[in-house]
Amino acid sequence: MARYLRYLVPLLLFVLLVGLLYRGLSLDPKIVPSPLIGKPMPAFSLTRLDDASATISDTDLRGKVSMLNVWATWCTSCRAEHETLVEFARTGKIAIYGLNYKDDRADAQRWLMQLGNPYIANAFDPDGRTGIDWGVYGAPETFIMDKHGIIRHKHIGPLTGQVIATEILPLIAKLEASE
Amino acid sequence: MIPELGHFSLILALCLSLVLAIFPMAGSLTNTPRWIAMAKPVAWGQFTFTALAFACLVNAFLSNDFSVAYVAQNGNSLLPTMYKISAVWGAHEGSLLLWAFILCCWTVAVASLTRNLPAAVLARVLSVMGMISIGFLSFLLFTSNPFERVFPVPLEGGDLNPLLQDPGLAIHPPMLYMGYVGMSVAFSFAIAALIGGKLDATWARWSRPWTTVAWVFLTIGITLGSWWAYNELGWGGWWFWDPVENASFMPWLAATALIHSLAVTEKRGAFKRWTVLLSLLAFSLSLLGTFLVRSGVLTSVHSFAADPARGLFILIFLCIVIGGSLALYAWRAPDVTSGGRFSMLSRETLLLGNNLLLIVITAFILLGTLAPLIYDAMGWGKISVGFPWFTTMFVIFTPFMVVLMGLGPLTRWKHHEPAELMRTFRVAMLVSVAAGLLVALPILHDFSPWPGLAVMLSVWLVSSLVLSLRQRYRNRASLRALLKNPWARGNGSYFGMIIAHLGIAVFIIGVTFVTQFDVDKDVRMSPGQSIDMAGYTFRFDGVHTVQGPNYSADRGSIVVSRDGKEVAQLGPEKRNYLVQRKPMTEAGIDAALMRDLYVSLGEGLGGGDWSLRLYYKPFIRWIWLGGLMIAIGGLCAALDRRYRIHVREHAVQPARASRKTLAHEAHS
Repeated sequence: MARYLRYLVPLLLFVLLVGLLYRGLSLDPKIVPSPLIGKPMPAFSLTRLDDASATISDTDLRGKVSMLNVWATWCTSCRAEHETLVEFARTGKIAIYGLNYKDDRADAQRWLMQLGNPYIANAFDPDGRTGIDWGVYGAPETFIMDKHGIIRHKHIGPLTGQVIATEILPLIAKLEASE
Repeated sequence: MIPELGHFSLILALCLSLVLAIFPMAGSLTNTPRWIAMAKPVAWGQFTFTALAFACLVNAFLSNDFSVAYVAQNGNSLLPTMYKISAVWGAHEGSLLLWAFILCCWTVAVASLTRNLPAAVLARVLSVMGMISIGFLSFLLFTSNPFERVFPVPLEGGDLNPLLQDPGLAIHPPMLYMGYVGMSVAFSFAIAALIGGKLDATWARWSRPWTTVAWVFLTIGITLGSWWAYNELGWGGWWFWDPVENASFMPWLAATALIHSLAVTEKRGAFKRWTVLLSLLAFSLSLLGTFLVRSGVLTSVHSFAADPARGLFILIFLCIVIGGSLALYAWRAPDVTSGGRFSMLSRETLLLGNNLLLIVITAFILLGTLAPLIYDAMGWGKISVGFPWFTTMFVIFTPFMVVLMGLGPLTRWKHHEPAELMRTFRVAMLVSVAAGLLVALPILHDFSPWPGLAVMLSVWLVSSLVLSLRQRYRNRASLRALLKNPWARGNGSYFGMIIAHLGIAVFIIGVTFVTQFDVDKDVRMSPGQSIDMAGYTFRFDGVHTVQGPNYSADRGSIVVSRDGKEVAQLGPEKRNYLVQRKPMTEAGIDAALMRDLYVSLGEGLGGGDWSLRLYYKPFIRWIWLGGLMIAIGGLCAALDRRYRIHVREHAVQPARASRKTLAHEAHS
């Protein structure tokens, strides 16, 4: 019997893999519901990426429609969205802030210098503590807050021209119009 | 009208694939010659209709028929003709159609090029390929019909993803698919052999050239993909360990193991079960790659068409094909007789060792690729596995593999005296260690042993190949025979092995040197300003606007000189594609065998100043040169005379094989 069992091993491994893949299908990595939508943004106070002696906090984002983009240099999808983000920043439609997530300060500064800096300012979150408060699963993620600092939208995965045109811009227009 | 014709052709092709899957197989099992004889004509019919459907889609792109939804999404009247054609496989539906078409190409190739195969075996093989074809054609027709119409008809198409508008990427997917789908031939031969219960040297001999050709295509595809990433992503990198890249690399590793294992099975009748399993594995990994890329289970910069419904379809298909074949394996493998015996030190053990290393690396890559999914499914949070994981794994396993690769060709089948092996390799060992130290010592104070190790491994590989050549052509008679008839049987595979293994040596040098010695600088430059780096002077002459057919671009001009002499003029671009409004970087590269100068244009900083990234990349060409050599080696092996002449012997007699001396033996 044991002689036969040996040849079942590949099949059993495959069954395990299928189970995993099936589970994976229901877990769309892009759609993670955020319990934070409709709630005030979590408070934070971190050093600025470009200047370790200056701080940036959630109050900097309040009083206007703002965007917080979570990114890191180790994340290939962030690289993919970066140029789109730079283009979008040029339009000046929204105040874009960055949360540099679990990253190295020098690497991140170099990245911005080379690829362009779409952010008004970046919060430096090397150990990802603030990321946890914000419910960040993985970079890139983008949050949009209204004038009162309430999170209105969360986009997971890279921003594309299409996402900006169909989701982000209409939302900004709506938030700008409301009091 | 023409798109409907294409749609209809696809339906007919599906019907024919059903016939192909059922009748020849049933005929071979019930011994009904009439059903067996159906295999070839039906395979040709299936090919004809799929080719017709493919031609219809190409036509729709060339004639800018935006009433077809797929063309409207990915085509554009401004696209250059070459990219109109490559746009056919620029997104999900079309690339699946290409996949199905290539599968049909392989099917008719098997049907028409295997003259010495018994009709029943051929019928079975074609039948299995027909079954795979059913899966892909129904996937196309039921979930991703490329001929779907759209109304109202858009005036202009949405344009091809600018990332894909590059000559390298225009031919990269077809090459890769030729490789992926080509693995289905080895798979089908294995399934046919398992069903028939006849796993012997003849089976391995039939399977070998097909597997090697598919592997050559896969090698070319991967090399092209890497070259494209380097040119197009503006990042100076040539490999990213992205899930999609891993999806192509895993079948390659499994196929590499397979072609070596097939050699053992053919020559010695050993490792039969292992070879069958590898045949199943290589194609399964190709299918798994498709699933990962197409289902959206993993996020990647490459996955442009993620849809869970499609994912479920592929998963079910995977279960049937892979699950079914592994179940067949579990049922049939215990009855397979063991092949020739061999001792602890023999070419068999060395090849087995390399096989295991290749599979372990594959497993590590699979684990690294799936880790985000595993974490997610287990509720451990989300992670992303990056370079360190994969690089560490390679640094650990590659040296062992290269050592075995050097020993393999000089070791006899069945048994080799350890003392004798030591004698043979004494000099090679000394030379390689000395060369490694020579390179390592001056650099050692930087605590970087890697270049030394790379040189040592490469010299080891090269010197062992020289030893092997010397042994093979020790006497004049053998040398004269070679010059008189260089195309004699056995020579193709032998020199193929030499070239491919040299390719590995070249590749190792390239990878190590470029990672260890590349220099890069992020700079802000004003027009007229010069910057020195790695002995070269880069002068920035400003940026001007240029117009492409479907984009406008800022092109910088940089003049590179060395010791006052001009070396190159580079024109890195930042392109803005008009329709998709996506900015793209096009690096300015001056390529040479020993070094690349690479400049990518960053952001305009106002006042004519620009941020630029300058790279000096030594030996980077060696990476692709190595890939090319590996592919050429595979091609030589596949074209060996012995696969073309009619082979009458049914099984290699182990006793006779073992008496052959090393000099007459052709390696894989």
